[in-house]
Order: sequence, then C-alpha cells, then structure tokens
Amino acid sequence: MTRENMTDEASSPADGGDPTTDEMLVETSPTAGVSESDSGTAGGSRTLVEARNVNVWYDDDQALNDISLEIPENRVTAMIGPSGCGKSTFLRCINRMNDLIDAARVEGDLFLRNKNVYDDDVDPVALRRRVGMVFQKPNPFPKSIYDNVAYGLEIQDKEGDYDEIVERSLKRAALWDEVEDQLDESGLELSGGQQQRLCIARAIAPDPEVLLMDEPASALDPVATSKIEDLISELAEEYTVVIVTHNMQQAARISDKTAVFLTGGELVEFGDTQKIFENPDSQRVEDYITGKFG
Amino acid sequence: MSTDSLTQDLTQRTENSSRELLARAFFFGCAFLSIVTTISIAVLLVTEAAKFFSITAPLVGVEGETATIAEFLTGTEWRPNFTPHEFGVLPLVSATLMITFGSALIALPLGVATAIYLSEYASERARSFLKPALEILAGVPTVIYGFFALMYITPALSTIFPDISFFNLLSASIVVGIMIIPMVASISEDAMSAVPDDLRQAGYGMGATKFDVSVGVVLPAATSGVVASFILALSRAIGETMAVTIAAGSQANMLNPLNPLGYFESGMPMTAAMVQLLHGDITGGGLAYRSLFAIGLTLFVITLAMNIVSDLVAARYREEYE
Ligand SMILES: Nc1ncnc2c1ncn2[C@@H]1O[C@H](COP(=O)(O)OP(=O)(O)OP(=O)(O)O)[C@@H](O)[C@H]1O
Ligand SMILES: [Mg+2]
Repeated sequence: MTRENMTDEASSPADGGDPTTDEMLVETSPTAGVSESDSGTAGGSRTLVEARNVNVWYDDDQALNDISLEIPENRVTAMIGPSGCGKSTFLRCINRMNDLIDAARVEGDLFLRNKNVYDDDVDPVALRRRVGMVFQKPNPFPKSIYDNVAYGLEIQDKEGDYDEIVERSLKRAALWDEVEDQLDESGLELSGGQQQRLCIARAIAPDPEVLLMDEPASALDPVATSKIEDLISELAEEYTVVIVTHNMQQAARISDKTAVFLTGGELVEFGDTQKIFENPDSQRVEDYITGKFG
Repeated sequence: MSTDSLTQDLTQRTENSSRELLARAFFFGCAFLSIVTTISIAVLLVTEAAKFFSITAPLVGVEGETATIAEFLTGTEWRPNFTPHEFGVLPLVSATLMITFGSALIALPLGVATAIYLSEYASERARSFLKPALEILAGVPTVIYGFFALMYITPALSTIFPDISFFNLLSASIVVGIMIIPMVASISEDAMSAVPDDLRQAGYGMGATKFDVSVGVVLPAATSGVVASFILALSRAIGETMAVTIAAGSQANMLNPLNPLGYFESGMPMTAAMVQLLHGDITGGGLAYRSLFAIGLTLFVITLAMNIVSDLVAARYREEYE
C-alpha cells in the first residue's frame, strides 16, 4: 500500500486524471503560492511541472546551469539542443531518475503541480508512477508483449481489466494491429520501431500524468517516426508530454512549447514553439535552429 | 615497384606457415586430451561394469560370480562385503537423491538470494568483501566440510531433534547445501550483473521498487544463467563424496526418498559406497570390486541424464529470453 503513495497516509493515486492529485503527493498541505498564471503558457493551459533554478552536477562537472521553466499541462513541450547540453539530464530531474546515478547531484526546486518533488517526504517510486518515461533506446523487458504492457499495472497492484487496458494502450501506441495475435510472444522479437511503440504502450498503460520521452524516434524509420509523432499529438489530449529531440522539424511539428538548451547546460530560450522557430530572441538560438551552430 | 610489393603482401599465405601449423596442432592436442580422458573413463566404466552383470560378463570373457541387472537395479539391500552378498543399488541411489534434493532445497534459494543481494543491493564496498568470501567458501577442502558437519551441524541438530542418529542425511544435506551455495551464488550473480542496465532503468522508470526490479526484471532476464548454476550445483551435489561419506555414515539403509523422516536416519550415498568398496578388504577381481564400477556407471548415467535435461531447460529459457 505504501508503495502506491508518495507518503504513507496519502490516498491511492489510482486514477491519474483525478483533480485532487495535489494532495496525493503528500498529506501535508501543498506548497502555496506557486504561480500558475504568470508567463504565457500555451493556449492558457496551467503549469504542471515547474523547474526553479535547477542545477545538476556529475561529480564536479556541471551539466545543468540554473534552469527555470514551466511546462504546461496537456501540451507537448520539446527540448532541443546539441549533444551533451543536458537535455536527458533535465528529463531525469523531473522523475528523479538522476537519483540512481551515484555521481549526480541535483540542486534547486522542481514542482509537480504544487509539490516540490525534491522534498524529503517525496518517494521517488511514487513520483515515477505519475511521471512515466520512454527512453531513447527501446528497452522492453524480456517478457511477453502482454506482460510488458501490464507491468506498470502489476507492480502498482492496479484494479481493472488488464486485458482491456493492455489492448487500449497498444492501440494508442499504434501497435495493436501488428501484435494482436502474438501477445504471448516476447517483446524482444519485435523490430526496433515496434519495440519503441511497445515501450510507449508500457509507459501509458498505468495512466501517468506526465510522459517524458527521450528521443523516442531517433532510431526509427520515417514511417514509424510519423506514427509516433501522430501518437504524441494524440497523447497530449490527455497527458503532458515532454519530448527531447534532435530533429528540428519534429520539434516544430509536434510541440507547443520549445526549450532550447545550448552547450554548458544552459537554457537559452524557452517559449512558444512557433515563436522560437520563426522569431527567436537569441541569435544563438537562431543559429542553432538554422544549422549554423553545432 | 610499389605495386609489386603490394601484390606480394596480399598473396603471401600466413595460414600454413610452420608456426601457425604448430600452434594449431598444439591447441588441438590440448583440446583432444580432455576428450580422450573422458572417453577413456567412459570405456573403463562400461567394460569393468560389464564384468559385473551376468548378462554381459560372458561377452567380456569373465567367469565366476555375477549379479543380474534386475538384482542390481531393483534390490533394496546393499551388502557387498559379507555373505550372503546383496548388490541392490536402490538404497545408495535413494540416499544420493535425498541428499541432492535436501541440499538443493537449501542452496538454490539461498544462492539466488545471495546473488540478488550481490548484484542488485550490495554497495561496491560490500561486494568487495563478499565476493572473495564466497570464493574462499568454495575453495575449502570438502573433508573439512565433513568434519564441520560432524562437529557442529550434527550436534546442533541432535539438540533440536534428540532422536536423530549420529550419522544422518539431514546433516549431510545441510553441509552439501552450504558447499554449493557459492557456486549457485557466483554463477547467478554473473548472469544477473550481465543483464543490461537499460532493463533496470526501464523498471525504475515505471515506478518499480528495488525489489520489483531485482526479482521481477533482473532475475527473469538472467534465467538461463541461473538455471545453469543450478545444473552445475546439483551435479556437484550428486557427485560430492568426502563430506557426505563423513556426515551421512556408511549404513546402507533403504530409505523411502519421499518420506522426510528418512533425513533423520543414516544412509549411504553412492559415492560413499564406492569409497567404502575401495577401502574395504576387496581383492582386484572379486564381485564386490566390480560392483564399484557398476555404481560408478550408474552415477555417470544419472549425472549425464541430469545435464541433458537441464541443458534442454536452459535452452528453452534462452529461446524465451534472448
Ligand atoms: N551518468 C553520467 N555520469 C557522468 N556524467 C554524465 C552522465 N550522464 C550525462 N553526463 C554528462 O552530462 C552532460 C549532459 O548529458 P546529457 O546526457 O544530459 O546530454 P544530452 O543533451 O541528453 O545529450 P544527447 O543529445 O547526446 O543525448 C554531458 O556532458 C555528459 O557527459
Ligand atoms: Mg540524451
């Protein structure tokens, strides 16, 4: 029971869409005064994830330098920037996957709704159940396709018709038609692109609030890529999606907001995607987007 | 000019140079040696055992006392040294099976749990102490395990179970179990450490706890290695001689392997019977002497069968998981 919650006393976050989820992170009253309205979040959506002065070091090397940004709910936010600028590191801050890296040290505040996920009373396991993740490299479990998708439900002891949830998740990940007759076969027998969609199905099956996607289409052919892009746009109706991509066109196509990181782990510009791509404030961002900058 | 030397370089054959041929012959010789040894042992076992059985003895030109295969395989009494002789192997087989089963019951769960701890939970520091400790445990001469059983395990058991005999299968099972834990643990740990970190990340990313990841993701992904460790450990338990000879005794009681109460009795596993035959006052040509090889062959067949079955099991899992 305790595993399901950020704290022992909290009620079960079984359905992620519940408006009372603020209380589920902790029982103590949520941090007050988090701005939800300042800055023009896309389409007036409210802020779901807010980073405030986040710094990350790996041993003595700083990977993120004073990052502050607000990620709107039910929108797609893209993170772009050259290799090694800290995009993955930032993504891992949101669900505290950096906790698993011994060398990593995170400073600053990161709010999910109104709760600072770096507070002492936050259980990273409970946090990760609300913030799903799709990794850059497809990493299905060596289990059947069905068991892969049902994994999150099983470890969370979720109620419900697993068969139906598995089917729905695979459909949303645009994989159902290809695998409906082979649900008992190993997830490893699928092609790379199918595996990535399987990982997406696995991530959405337990119904998280936020979906972090680290270059989910980097290893895919154009057809699979466009399927995934369609999927992401569709997912944004229900989920908040944060996606890292090296593909400018992709970022421009699917995201509502874009964050541009540049070397040194600094966030150079963050704003509406359209503005970033058409009329960025910073010359460096313009150079990067137009390919003049590595 | 330069083209010439290039052509020459390309067509020069290194494959058949004398050094290469010599190396190849040497490596082949080494590999061949172990095959020859294995085959010789098998041939020796079969020909010597053939002298024991009435049906095959004439074929190898042996006259005199023999035993029938039925007598050997279904007899429930083992009395090679006193008349009337009895050569029923069942008491020996059942003692061996009971010790193997008992030790597996101890070693497989503990070994796998140790492997999980080492691979998933232990800090670098803890691992640096524990791994060598396990290796030392694996390197202790088995005669010392035998004494350990007799001096510590058996007395401890007899305070808990006053009725237990001094030599007993329980003590033998425990000590063999302790003996094979390191084998299960270290091979399973290797298999679990080899599971790609991606899978752990995937698990944690889904909100799995450390336990979920260790038991639900890493362990299943390492199945083929874990099964391999079981095979090796069980083969070792079946073939184990010194410790069981000391701890289990040398009374070839016919025990029902399905009755747990048998563990309180003394028994004589096959290996212990062979040791006894070698030590006994037996002359080179006698029936008792030849029964040694009949047991040896039986042991060989059981181990072989087990290896084949386990290989099949491992292959099945490999198909599923790789
Ligand atoms: N586990 C780690 N240990 C030490 N340093 C790390 C680790 N992970 C990342 N770094 C360092 O942090 C910096 C940012 O890495 P990160 O993976 O976040 O970059 P990225 O923007 O995702 O790059 P890419 O586009 O190539 O994936 C890099 O300099 C990298 O060397
Ligand atoms: Mg990255």
